[in-house]
Amino acid sequence: MADTLIPERISTFNPELGDTMFESLGVQGVVEDDNLLTLNLGPQHPSTHGVFRLIMQLQGETVIGATPIMGYLHRSTEKLGEARTYVQGTVLTDRMDYLSPITTNWAYALAIERLTGLVVPERAEFLRVITGELSRIQSHLIAVGTFGMDVGTYGTPLLYALRERESVLDLLSLPTGVRMNPSYIRYGGVARDAPPEFFPQLEKFLRIFPSKIDEYEAILTSNEVFRNRTIGVGMIPPEVARAYSVTGPILRASGVDYDVRRAEPYSIYDRFDWEVPVRYNGDCFDRYMIRVLEMRQSTRILQQALDAISEGDIRAKMPKVLKPAKGEAYARIEGPKGEIGFYLISDGTPNPYRYNVRPPSFVNLTCLSQIAVGHKLADAVVILGSFDIVMGEVDR
Amino acid sequence: MNIGDLYSQHDFWLSIGQPLENWLVGLGVPNWLVALIYVAVGGAAILGAITVFVIIAIWAERRFIARLQDRLGPNRVGKFGLLQSVADAVKLLGKEIIRPRQADPFLHFLAPALILGASLMVWAVIPWGPGLHVTDLNVAVLYLLAFGAIPALGVTIAGWGSTNKYSLFGGMRAVVQYVSYEVPGAVVLIVPVLLARSMSLQDIVQAQSGPLWNWFVFQPVFFVGPIPIPIPIIGLIAFVYYLIAGLAETNRTPFDHVEADSELTGGFTTEYSGMQFALFFLAEYANSIAVGLLASTLFLGGYHTGLGDAVDNAIWILLPGVLITKAAIIFLIFVWVRGTLPRFRYDQLMQFAWKRMLPVSIALVSLSALFASLSSLLGPIIRLAPGVR
Repeated sequence: MADTLIPERISTFNPELGDTMFESLGVQGVVEDDNLLTLNLGPQHPSTHGVFRLIMQLQGETVIGATPIMGYLHRSTEKLGEARTYVQGTVLTDRMDYLSPITTNWAYALAIERLTGLVVPERAEFLRVITGELSRIQSHLIAVGTFGMDVGTYGTPLLYALRERESVLDLLSLPTGVRMNPSYIRYGGVARDAPPEFFPQLEKFLRIFPSKIDEYEAILTSNEVFRNRTIGVGMIPPEVARAYSVTGPILRASGVDYDVRRAEPYSIYDRFDWEVPVRYNGDCFDRYMIRVLEMRQSTRILQQALDAISEGDIRAKMPKVLKPAKGEAYARIEGPKGEIGFYLISDGTPNPYRYNVRPPSFVNLTCLSQIAVGHKLADAVVILGSFDIVMGEVDR
Repeated sequence: MNIGDLYSQHDFWLSIGQPLENWLVGLGVPNWLVALIYVAVGGAAILGAITVFVIIAIWAERRFIARLQDRLGPNRVGKFGLLQSVADAVKLLGKEIIRPRQADPFLHFLAPALILGASLMVWAVIPWGPGLHVTDLNVAVLYLLAFGAIPALGVTIAGWGSTNKYSLFGGMRAVVQYVSYEVPGAVVLIVPVLLARSMSLQDIVQAQSGPLWNWFVFQPVFFVGPIPIPIPIIGLIAFVYYLIAGLAETNRTPFDHVEADSELTGGFTTEYSGMQFALFFLAEYANSIAVGLLASTLFLGGYHTGLGDAVDNAIWILLPGVLITKAAIIFLIFVWVRGTLPRFRYDQLMQFAWKRMLPVSIALVSLSALFASLSSLLGPIIRLAPGVR
């Protein structure tokens, strides 16, 4: 045997085992070296959060190269959007970030409103903020819970988070009618008004939710093993974060104080009193903490929105078939995973000429291969988990 | 009062085993056949006990962890879901055993048998009650160390023989992890040996008979007149270290690197299916329970209730239940840890073993040696255990 621990029959480059496949996939930077092991993580792997694939070169347990391969969930959403009317396009946005569909709905609706100049009634804006922030909480709950799984817990934080996600989904299903893929926020307003019992239930949820966040913090934040696993792991310096146009909690964990809700206030976010949590280490622990803190801030916004909401229309007056004048519009909002952008071009027909998305998960994921290098295999999984990707959004 | 005298009245061997043997010999059964019957019955009893314990342990773990996680857990098969493990075993029996084409057939086949065999061997020396054991080796602690090391080999060859990169990682991690935790685990085993001055597990248990403060976990105990003041700097730390090493050697969270489902999909078990996988599972749980039983035996007074010799003597037939209760509590603590803690990273695991546990455990052994010699000099003030001979 050579001076390596890797048996001959599974050594790095063996055409029978499909290394030619790597070449055909265009995997760059795979070094031919007997001491290195090429490990294919995914597309079917417990911690790739869907069908993400990562080809890593390992020296022992240390990652010396990582190549992400995406597209296993590609459904050509953008092309489908061009072949559908504006209202039909809303349904496609649900299927992108399926953990927080309402925020993607929102970005799309906002782009159409900028395109057409529709003015949204105030009650609809409040309902948008309420459902949008509930979606953010729901998405962050999943992010925090599955991050706990990636760090190696036996699912306890995840199940705690799922418990509260259930109440959020129950709440959301009152105005939207469904638990997932609600297509709730549509151009000109929202799909339907919230029933009267929604507001007392939301009030009750807001009362108990902060104590539930304390529970997650008790099992994760103050946990010595968890801190050991996440502090100082996967540091993204602010300049790297900016260079990769990373947005959302990842950017704010790197010390960049940027939130679209405040940098370019849309809807009625300028009316609320809340803070943008920022942390400065840019490691996995900070990314986790930002999400926890954002859940607390969302609770604040929700409370204020609940107090201030008034009766009124929920939909603007608009034609049955929307035919915007020729032109283009770009709208961006702060989704739970980062900045969701929608770029629409109208050619005057009922269908958009171009239906382009800026998916935050996809953009954030681009810096993974740089950040993961030099860490241990176990840390690469933790870093991927801390990015909180949704493959439906990455691959579209 | 001589402990040996006290137990000579109520001893499983003297009260049941020997009269039965005499009766069989009196019937004209040859001696060799009697010995054979005893070996067969003992082996069958232990195997049956392991199976029953594992089934109950899997059920208890799933139910307990489900309660921790705010869900119900298995509750459909049998009363309270007690037969869930049986149903799972039947399902696994019916599954095809798949061996990857590239795997090494012999090693792939050998690994589960080796691991299960080694984990069953440990059970042979556990003292269940006074005079109730399969064998009372006078070097039982060495025997434990020897058979405790074999699963590392099994996991390694499972990882190597599967010809899967994830399995190989699991196997490589197994070598390092088991070997690292074997060292502090073995060193703290010397503490009860020094305190009892014997390597036989029956002797170690007998040395902890009598009142609660005689348990090794409370040592050293200082006496102000008749009042015991336990200052458990040796016993408690050694006990906790033994449990930590036990967690690492049975692959449980936070030391489950060898399987590490979020990184290695299944580690060394990735390429195993059907009954072969069930054997790994059985071995893992048999090991976990054995760690609980051994920790109780070595530090928590074994089958003694801690209420004094009179009570032990009165309920002598129930003493195995006392040991099993203690082991069950330790097992549930393991489950609790699993439901709470994330996994250590691989290098943190190594640092913890070599930089924290090993120096402290060596210091513990030195201290316990010091106290053992002091107690013979200053008997009335520092007394380690009544069983010190």
